[in-house]
Amino acid sequence: MGWSGRALPWVAAAAGLSLCSGLIWGYFFTPDDIRQGSTVKIIYLHVPAALMAINGYLLMFVGALVWLIRRQHVSVLAAKAAAPVGMVMTLIALATGAIWGQPMWGTYWVWDPRLTSFLILFLFYLGYIALWAAIENEDTAADLTSVLALVGAVFAMLSRYAVLFWNQGLHQGTTVTMADGAQQDNISNVFFQPLLLSMAGFGLLFLTLLLIGTRTEVRSRRLKVLQARERME
Amino acid sequence: MIQLFLRDVGLSVRSGGGFGLALIFFLIVVTLIPLALGPDQTALAVVAPGVLWLGALLACLLSLDRIFGLDFEDGTLDLLVTSPLPPEAVYIAKAAAHWLTTGLPLALAAPVLGVLLNLDFETGKILCLSLLLGTPALSLIGAFGASLTLGVKRGGLLLSLLVLPLYVPSLIFGAQAVRLAGQGLTYDEALVLLSAISLGAAAILPFASGAALRINLR
Repeated sequence: MGWSGRALPWVAAAAGLSLCSGLIWGYFFTPDDIRQGSTVKIIYLHVPAALMAINGYLLMFVGALVWLIRRQHVSVLAAKAAAPVGMVMTLIALATGAIWGQPMWGTYWVWDPRLTSFLILFLFYLGYIALWAAIENEDTAADLTSVLALVGAVFAMLSRYAVLFWNQGLHQGTTVTMADGAQQDNISNVFFQPLLLSMAGFGLLFLTLLLIGTRTEVRSRRLKVLQARERME
Repeated sequence: MIQLFLRDVGLSVRSGGGFGLALIFFLIVVTLIPLALGPDQTALAVVAPGVLWLGALLACLLSLDRIFGLDFEDGTLDLLVTSPLPPEAVYIAKAAAHWLTTGLPLALAAPVLGVLLNLDFETGKILCLSLLLGTPALSLIGAFGASLTLGVKRGGLLLSLLVLPLYVPSLIFGAQAVRLAGQGLTYDEALVLLSAISLGAAAILPFASGAALRINLR
């Protein structure tokens, strides 16, 4: 609680700064794409949100693992706080993708592997949050949701490859890669620099929301302990 | 463990046990599909593999909360978990009993119901095979979901929400195998992947589910 309270305003300020500058740079100071026109600019929301949606699940997985192994209460509360944020990020990625898809692909939604696996990821988030809400005893809820997060991670990976098998994609491949030899498909630097900035902004925004959520959870735990103690006396 | 398995099978076969309900539900789904989509034979043959797989999956889902629910309510499950039998074994016995009373009958009934949807017999055989290979995963995943939602009152809807995303890979591979077979293409790959999911679920989920049972009955 100590260091996170001191870090929070700085992280929040950094998030706001990089998000604003990245988005403003991206929206107003980059040229239109030759083929996509100005719709290309939705990338500054779509890609970072999608990135954070996946990282959110990863964070939940790690938090659940740490809780099951080391019984660290904070880690499971961080996982709990990450779930709604990750869910909203998934929703943003889906919504911006649909808005971009209408002029570009001629349709809001196609059953493409990437879109489908994101929809499934959304369902995983929903199930995790619903299980937290359904169980009253907090330690039981923490344990059971952690088990669900671990099994869910395995099945989320499985679904990812299953949908690739199921349908050929319309979604373009990744355009942000560091690997050698794949860079001819890469996004040009004009778009990449603001994109990097807004990715950092989304990452910091996620961290900010995560800190706030975790601190709230910790406080509500403490409050319950205090109330219980008062009732005892 | 075998005793427990036989007891569960016996309980579900006897009256009021829910055996047959899944089959009847499956029959009703298959009856309603042509009423909703129109009686065009060629169109029905196109959607038949997916519809039959989906029907089997929903029928399986229907009986999931019975796996642990009744035993949890009357306290039998507490005795089972405190007995020398590990909870993992309880889970395996119960999932196997569930498969024998729902998955197996569904798989055997599917080709017959496929005839109603203009699915030819050769494809029907593949459908039966794919359901035989795929329904163990459905039972295993379902029993895992049931062990997670034990303590939740009226957790039926929550159970569906948790379990359905986990069913995605099985559904994709199973329906894909039948579809490929219907088009005369090779379907081995899909069947192999389908059985891989079933075997993988049998390898991983007993531990996850055993942990969930221990947590719930602490």
